[in-house]
Amino acid sequence: MTLILLEGISFSYPDGREVLKDLDFRLEEGERIGLIGPNGSGKTTLFHVIMGLLTPDSGRIEILRRERRVEKDFRDVRQKIGLLFQDADDQLFSPTVLDDVAFGPLNQGKRTDEARAIACETLRSLGLEGFEGRVTHKLSGGEKKLVALATVLAMKPDALLLDEPTTGLDTETTDRIIEVLAGIDIGYVFISHNMDFLARTTHRIHGMENGRVLIEEERIVHTHVHAHDHGRLVHSHRDAEARATRSDND
Amino acid sequence: METGFEQGMSFAHRLDPRARLLVAAAFSVVVALANRFQALLPAAVGAVMLVILAGLPTGAVTRRLLVVNGLVALLWLFLPFTVRGPSWFHLGPLSVTLEGALYATRITLKSNAIVLVLIVLVSTMPVYTLGRAMRTLWVPRKIVQLFSFTYRYVHVILREYQRLITAARVRGFRPRTNLHTYRTYALLLGMLLVKSYERAERVRAAMLCRGFQGRFHDLTDFEFRAWDAAVAGFLGLGIVALALLEWLP
Repeated sequence: MTLILLEGISFSYPDGREVLKDLDFRLEEGERIGLIGPNGSGKTTLFHVIMGLLTPDSGRIEILRRERRVEKDFRDVRQKIGLLFQDADDQLFSPTVLDDVAFGPLNQGKRTDEARAIACETLRSLGLEGFEGRVTHKLSGGEKKLVALATVLAMKPDALLLDEPTTGLDTETTDRIIEVLAGIDIGYVFISHNMDFLARTTHRIHGMENGRVLIEEERIVHTHVHAHDHGRLVHSHRDAEARATRSDND
Repeated sequence: METGFEQGMSFAHRLDPRARLLVAAAFSVVVALANRFQALLPAAVGAVMLVILAGLPTGAVTRRLLVVNGLVALLWLFLPFTVRGPSWFHLGPLSVTLEGALYATRITLKSNAIVLVLIVLVSTMPVYTLGRAMRTLWVPRKIVQLFSFTYRYVHVILREYQRLITAARVRGFRPRTNLHTYRTYALLLGMLLVKSYERAERVRAAMLCRGFQGRFHDLTDFEFRAWDAAVAGFLGLGIVALALLEWLP
């Protein structure tokens, strides 16, 4: 099933900047797509258009097989598609972690005990047991990101949109996120500047430029040469190996 | 922003937050309206006893009282001299009236009593619990929302302010009494307002994206047990006694 279908979307900000120009985009069930592009190329804007936070000047939006045009159409989109914001502080607004993770399920109509159970279960699946009573604004940056992810996953979405999920995170937290995302079965779209992360988590990577998503792209074989201390000692780079085996199989 | 009083296992910490709010409110109203010393003195003594019973750190409590009494001290500078009445004694060219001194004493007793009771009953709960208690006590939803969100984001705004002022300082900014300084602070304040507004928009978007449609749901329930009823009842009786002392002829 096509989860998200955008055709001919154009959007300009009030100050006149045209950010999306006749853009086409498609996400199928179970697909994992990475979006990469220079700052200001409209990636976040694209996500906000999908979630109905911004109204495009022209074009057609079809999500989960239904056309979406007015605010009312998007209410159901927000319950079925999860958006993880760039800044976790914008996403964590409830007093405690448990409150925030339960916010989504409660809005979906779940009863208090159900919502609490879902929240605890989601936290556990992210390795965040014991965080239930913590106050959100006192968490570290990595913890906030993980909790923000939990708040979105608790709604059991059909698709995930992640806006720069690994920015500012250390390798350990990044690995944890990758593990979690590998374990779930839904389609997702990531925006990231981290090629390694995208390579490990997505099937395809699209560039975004001039307000459009570039669908057809050349694959060019190339080598990454780098240097660091103790290069002569026997060692391996996990990411490079993973990428190498993938391009071998393609 | 924490008061430091939230940790503890005293009767005040364990009493149901709603009961605490109601008792504190009732006490404040009665004491604010009272005028007879036969009501105000027991109120002040009672408040001090509650603080002792609650085992609150005396240093922290005293520091708060100093703030209140600073204002009260200002009143002492004026009231004994300005309230009408027969002269009690003279201080140089100025005359002190008994009425003035009594009036100032009443205000001292009232403010200290009310602040102490508020410290014991209200400062001893975490801010979010206070918000929840307010909501269950029919305080309008929107006011509680403003309260909770202000608390949540004041830290964020404080951090942004610190970042901005640091940015100014590393470029050689030093506050002095000149136009440049005033302009800088004004721009800083303006920037904070704009950033706060934009953040508010983003938080609203985040809430919409998690299905928010105007209603807040709450996970926790308060428990009002027999013990709460007993303690609240006891405190309530104390307040009734104060009221009787004040208004019974």
